[in-house]
Amino acid sequence: MTTEEFHPKHALIRDERFPNVWCPGCGLGILLQSYLNAVEKSGIPLDQQVLVSGIGCTARLPGYAKFDSYHTTHGRAIPFATGMKIANPELKVTVVSGDGDLFNIGGNHFIHAARRNMDLVVICSNNFNYGMTGGQHGSTTPLTSRSASTPYGNVEPTFNLPYLASALGASYVSRWTVMHPRQLAKSIRMAMETKGFAFIEVLSPCPPNFGKFNGFGDGFEEMEFYRSKSTVQNDARLEDVSIDPFHGKPVVLGDFVNRKRPSYIMLENELVRKAMGVKK
Amino acid sequence: MTALLEPGRYFADGNFAITEGALVGGCRFFAGYPITPSSEVLERMSERLPKLGGHFIEMEDEIGSMAAIIGASNAGAKSMTATSGPGFSLMQENIGLGIITETPTVVLDEMRAGPSTGIPTRVGQGDVMQTRYGSHGDLAPITYAPNSVQESFDITIEAFNSAEKYRQPVIIASDQVVGHLSEVLEVKPLEEYDVVQRMMRKHDDEKGVFSYTEDYVPMFVAGTGFRGNVDSLTHDERGYPSNEASVEKEMLEHLLGKVKKNEEKIVKYEEFLVEDAEVTVVAYGITSRAAKQAVRIARKKGLKVGLFRPITLWPFPQRRIEEIAGHTREFIVPEINYGQYSHPIREYSRSETREIHFPPGAIPDYGVILKEIEGAFK
Amino acid sequence: MLKEPKISDDQREIWREPINYEKFFKPRGEVHIIPERCKECNYCTNYCPKDVLERSPTVNSHGYHPVRVRPGKEDSCVACGMCQTICPDFAIFIREVQT
Repeated sequence: MTTEEFHPKHALIRDERFPNVWCPGCGLGILLQSYLNAVEKSGIPLDQQVLVSGIGCTARLPGYAKFDSYHTTHGRAIPFATGMKIANPELKVTVVSGDGDLFNIGGNHFIHAARRNMDLVVICSNNFNYGMTGGQHGSTTPLTSRSASTPYGNVEPTFNLPYLASALGASYVSRWTVMHPRQLAKSIRMAMETKGFAFIEVLSPCPPNFGKFNGFGDGFEEMEFYRSKSTVQNDARLEDVSIDPFHGKPVVLGDFVNRKRPSYIMLENELVRKAMGVKK
Repeated sequence: MTALLEPGRYFADGNFAITEGALVGGCRFFAGYPITPSSEVLERMSERLPKLGGHFIEMEDEIGSMAAIIGASNAGAKSMTATSGPGFSLMQENIGLGIITETPTVVLDEMRAGPSTGIPTRVGQGDVMQTRYGSHGDLAPITYAPNSVQESFDITIEAFNSAEKYRQPVIIASDQVVGHLSEVLEVKPLEEYDVVQRMMRKHDDEKGVFSYTEDYVPMFVAGTGFRGNVDSLTHDERGYPSNEASVEKEMLEHLLGKVKKNEEKIVKYEEFLVEDAEVTVVAYGITSRAAKQAVRIARKKGLKVGLFRPITLWPFPQRRIEEIAGHTREFIVPEINYGQYSHPIREYSRSETREIHFPPGAIPDYGVILKEIEGAFK
Repeated sequence: MLKEPKISDDQREIWREPINYEKFFKPRGEVHIIPERCKECNYCTNYCPKDVLERSPTVNSHGYHPVRVRPGKEDSCVACGMCQTICPDFAIFIREVQT
């Protein structure tokens, strides 16, 4: 391959690790693209960018980006990232993990990080099931939809993630699908500029599991379905944005919350300075 | 008090000593969750760390605490957490993370009566095997068991040094009595303490994130421009995940080997009248103090008995136990549990080994040990 | 697809060429494909507004048919970059060509 043929993102990815592990039609590669676009536009030095993930398909994403990247244990990406950010507030720490990782096994850490308004960007790739283990249902699987462990349809209501994050006091909350790559990139950039907890939910297809169980032929078909159901509404009432596309409910997207609240790092920094006796 | 502890004599408890020892050892990040009997460490850290420019956070649980200190260590801070039995159980998974990612950090497990919630305010020694085999997969942990306030202070500094030298979580398995008993603590001038500073990888280093041919490679720290991948999956030297058994072998042999090869440097023990002992008592933590009293009285009665006190429970002081087994015919292992450390003693000494089971919840009575010693000479 | 605006014949007569017409040009892109990375997800073929891409009959080492430029459409790319943005596998990218 001549230098001419290098992908424009060559310097930001671990080229030697491609092709990636994800299935054909998986949206995670698009999320990676969008993240890299956001990083380029944000102007934050590349050496300060840190990616942390838990376990799962999405959690493989940091391994493909050429930044300091940490693949940790299942559900524990947020506390790991919390430790990093507090120990070195210069870092721009982004947690990118799946819905199962962040909200099922790691739900407790999520609510506490949001409550603290910890200075993290948390990107949740929501594919409505546990992809890596074969498509079992989780707390984001829509009502009545099928999965490897709900063969008769799911009877559990889902989390309304933007509403949850907003109620906990997150500084920034948005939701996009991977079929909105430009909006998503802009949203990630805005999250990086936010002081405090920034949460982005990204809807992504899972063609061999959730897609297959619910009658979608491939990733493109599944994604087109979400896209056709979606409406952008930045001022949506967050109580109403839970995802239930199989019963005619629109998938509401947008930059829902963007507010200024004192962040944990700001307050902690003040505390340390006071304790050390440093005058302002 | 804004700086580290002034040299001098203090009347302090074990939790105070461990906290101050950690600060001397360079600890600048603490994440924890309140749990009896180690909460005093958390409380004292919350007051002391900000004054030293360090960071303290009370996490939502012990799982988060362990993850946070590993994260902080990867961001360049020497870090620590403190817990007891139930919390230690929750930490096991991320202790494994610390081992596979070769992240230095220190975990204090102040043992109390178990299982489950047990008796939170009373002593136990039931976590000994958990410190060795608690996390899944093959491990070579380093565990210290102090038996006094002075040793709690000194051993915590040493634990931080070992964590940096061997790049892995180091466990201090103290117990409720040692943590709460007050006695004299002597602090030397700071320059007399040997503190190992973290060796950091230069950003232009050609080598990978890990090295499986050297025991020690400097660690890369986030934000310094190295831009490497640290993985909880089995990984090669570049830090990239692999499904190959050959990579697993290479990685695991390195992880186990770095401790095994340096066993002689890590292992610490104390001996009392062992040279000519026909019967040797092996005891650690608070039990060793009762055992010493029993040995003293037995010697006065003319019984040739000695006390071997492992300060590092793991790695096991194998060579020394084998040597002692050459002249001692019987071992007695009193513990505040129903027989844990007696197993490796029996395995490596290949000698008759008597177990004394002190039920968790009470401080061991030296009279019971004395009786067992006398029984061994009948 | 944009519809052609309806213009009556009288309107057409009074139209004139914009004076800065020469400043504007239709951008042209050159499609670069890394066939080994392609997993045949068909995102790019579906989203290309100019219908430049198609599945090729050849097979890469992973058993997928990588995309290729549709024969005869070599000059049709307008360098919008949609395929590059949407490709999950970093297998396709566009370089704008100065004409």
